[in-house]
Amino acid sequence: MQPILRSKRALLLLALTGLVVLFMLMVPAGDGYVLHRTDGLVYAGGGGGGGSEAVSSEGAEAGKVEYPPAPKLKESDYPTISGINSRVFVWLVAQLHLWFAAFVLAVPIFVFIIEAIGMATKDERYDKMAYEFIKVSITAYSITAIFGGLLAISLMVFYPDFMKYLTLIFGDSFIWYALIFFAESACLYIYYYGWNAMKHGFRKWMHLTIGFLLNGVGTTLMLFANAWVTFMMSPEGVDASGVFGGNMWEAIHNHLWNPINLHRFIANVAYGGSVVGAYAAYKFLSATTEEEKAHYDWMGYTANFIAIAALLPLPFAGYWLTAEIYAYSQQMGITLMGGVFAWLFIVQAVLIGALFLSANYYLWCGMERSEGAYRYTPYIKYIGFVIVVCFLVWFTPHTMILTPSELKALGGQYHPILGPLGIMPAKNTAVNIMIIFTFLSFLLYRRANKIPTVSWASFGNGVQIGIFTAAMVNIMILGVYYGYFTNTVYKVASSVPQVVATLMVIVAGVVIDVFMYRGAKEVGPLKWGKMPERSQYALFLLAVSFTWLMGLMGFIRSAIRQHWHVYTVMRDNSVDAFTPTIGYAAKVVSVGTIIFMAIVIFIFWLSHLSGKKQTEYQR
Amino acid sequence: MRLLQFVIWVIISYLFFKLPGILMGKPIPSSLILMYMFFAVVMILLVMTSTEKSTRELLAPIKSMLEDPSKKLIRNVVFVIVPIVAGVITYEQIKPTYEAPVELRSTHPAPPSTIKIYGKTYDLLALENPYRKYEKEDPEKFKELVREGGEVYFKHCFYCHGDKLDGKGHYGQGFNPLPLPFQGKDTIAQLQESYVFWRIATGGPGLPKESTPWLSAMPIWEDFITEEEIWKVILFIYDYTGNVPRSWE
Repeated sequence: MQPILRSKRALLLLALTGLVVLFMLMVPAGDGYVLHRTDGLVYAGGGGGGGSEAVSSEGAEAGKVEYPPAPKLKESDYPTISGINSRVFVWLVAQLHLWFAAFVLAVPIFVFIIEAIGMATKDERYDKMAYEFIKVSITAYSITAIFGGLLAISLMVFYPDFMKYLTLIFGDSFIWYALIFFAESACLYIYYYGWNAMKHGFRKWMHLTIGFLLNGVGTTLMLFANAWVTFMMSPEGVDASGVFGGNMWEAIHNHLWNPINLHRFIANVAYGGSVVGAYAAYKFLSATTEEEKAHYDWMGYTANFIAIAALLPLPFAGYWLTAEIYAYSQQMGITLMGGVFAWLFIVQAVLIGALFLSANYYLWCGMERSEGAYRYTPYIKYIGFVIVVCFLVWFTPHTMILTPSELKALGGQYHPILGPLGIMPAKNTAVNIMIIFTFLSFLLYRRANKIPTVSWASFGNGVQIGIFTAAMVNIMILGVYYGYFTNTVYKVASSVPQVVATLMVIVAGVVIDVFMYRGAKEVGPLKWGKMPERSQYALFLLAVSFTWLMGLMGFIRSAIRQHWHVYTVMRDNSVDAFTPTIGYAAKVVSVGTIIFMAIVIFIFWLSHLSGKKQTEYQR
Repeated sequence: MRLLQFVIWVIISYLFFKLPGILMGKPIPSSLILMYMFFAVVMILLVMTSTEKSTRELLAPIKSMLEDPSKKLIRNVVFVIVPIVAGVITYEQIKPTYEAPVELRSTHPAPPSTIKIYGKTYDLLALENPYRKYEKEDPEKFKELVREGGEVYFKHCFYCHGDKLDGKGHYGQGFNPLPLPFQGKDTIAQLQESYVFWRIATGGPGLPKESTPWLSAMPIWEDFITEEEIWKVILFIYDYTGNVPRSWE
């Protein structure tokens, strides 16, 4: 080995070790992790806007830190800039930051997995695809940072006292956040720019390790940001008047932190998958050669697979989050799903249904790639029927929009037949069956090009049918009997075995299929690239629906605090301390979605541009 | 043939959604039928275009109508009919009527975390019916409390909420919004007793500012009956309808 190579390896190892040490230093160390202010300062509460001025510790008990209550603000305490609506500005910037952040946090997760698969299977195509995925996210990364900076500045400009109060509690974590952000940037740039330099042998292992670290620090960043927003919803570590107890871990580990962590983590992966799916669709539609088409078709398929794989468990994570919101505050829970935001939840249900429709349609169209798929195409109509019935139940509202004559005919706001479909047992049952049938679409797609050669294939099919049937009967009984004929404790609890039944179908279905189709005969070569163009629009729809959905649900999550900066602790007394109408909120989110999609298209174009070279003739 | 199948399936879907109105006089609201139909049509189209063959079959008559020179007459007829139908539908949607506009009414207000009534402050998150425990501890006493709650109900509530607790009392039909029915699994069965206590005690004026105007005719019962009577009438309405209040354990 050449000395120069040895020194390069040593340098890389040193850099890697440094990153590991930095990462270990930054990760909070469990329940015992307590961050105290040890600066000896006493924080005295002031009136009006200046609620948290630091003063000298003279007279205070030695070593004991006292904190002021949350400031009580007046309208005049909120700075304004002529021509700018501070709430809408912060709202849009925060949302744009979140969309990009979700994307750039998610992509490295599945890039890492795809790279590992490529390494294990020694298939160059995986490596190439993983690299292309990360290439898309690298431009998005700097845009995320730009919006993050803009968000921090706009919060300090428009809500200085609120930020001062948050800093009082989370100030230490802000510093950690900034440091971890540097670590993430370092990891990402080494990961991306070192891709080709660390392609084989031991270096590939190092590259994978950097990818792992990148995901570790990225996820840690998200956990910090989640702590701040969930503190605003379910404050802990402070008393009723907002006096901080001095233990930052308590404030971080508040009631809604973990439900949001899980929900965001899964949703980010689904979202990242959908955006790179849109990228693949864009490249597929603009491909000029068959080879290119085949590559981007495969890329689109993989991205769709990632999005669906994360989408399937997402409703369960959402259900847990909502149940915890209800458990924390009946008021927030009812505002969320029964009160003023109930109809936004119907819009949410419609968008989630659109996601399922797009995902299924893409799989059905994908069957065209295989000659053997014709055996299964007759089942598509039945799957479509079940999915659409479940979808209609899923978005049926409890409180109807009625004309006066309809109101009179029904004798009230609730429909005698549809009323029971408007509450959670019906929704849970419908969504579980919708997930099972989407999984069935995937299973049929997966086996479309294969003929099993194992002797127990018929038995295996029988077992699979049995599992599907048993799970559906179980889900129906749990939904109908426990949902409507027992008390609410059983009703809420029955959602858990419903989820277990669905997950069991997915796990058992995959396990049986893997063994049954081991060494299976292929009907013919898979024709990658032989996808109708309309299927690519399903991928676009997936990305747009996800974006809009995240925007709407993000608004609801934030708005259920109503007129509180920090729920029940620090009141929002700005001129914007009111709940906007559903239409207004939808318009703001739609504008945000359009801005985001425009930037995303710009990013796609940039990646297209980076692959171009000016020819001599053009010169 | 495919196109005909598409049209037939769309008509079947529409008739299906119209059935409750035709057979039972309980129509599905037009706003909801619009949503149902949109997604039913989308799904029919998705299924029919899931393979190249069926897509070609579905679009062939339309393509032929648009491109085949021998179908000039049909083309012209279609080109006249389609804008007219679109115009009629648009006119029907926007023409002025004497009917009041549709309303999106939230009938499930979010409760405050605390309420101040009977000179005391109640924490609605922790508030429980003081008589509920007798359901297990002393069933006879519980039965008596339910009976007393029934008396309260028939003295004060049944005029609007009805003798069958179905929201169809004598005076109920005069109000908009109509009084809430307690029967069924989708009203009080979804609520904690503390919520029902808040609604009874503070009535229409106690409703939160969000989603106003509520226009609820519910009186402030704090002014007319005692705290104990409210808890007893709550026992009665759950007992009579066979519902169990929402609880967390």
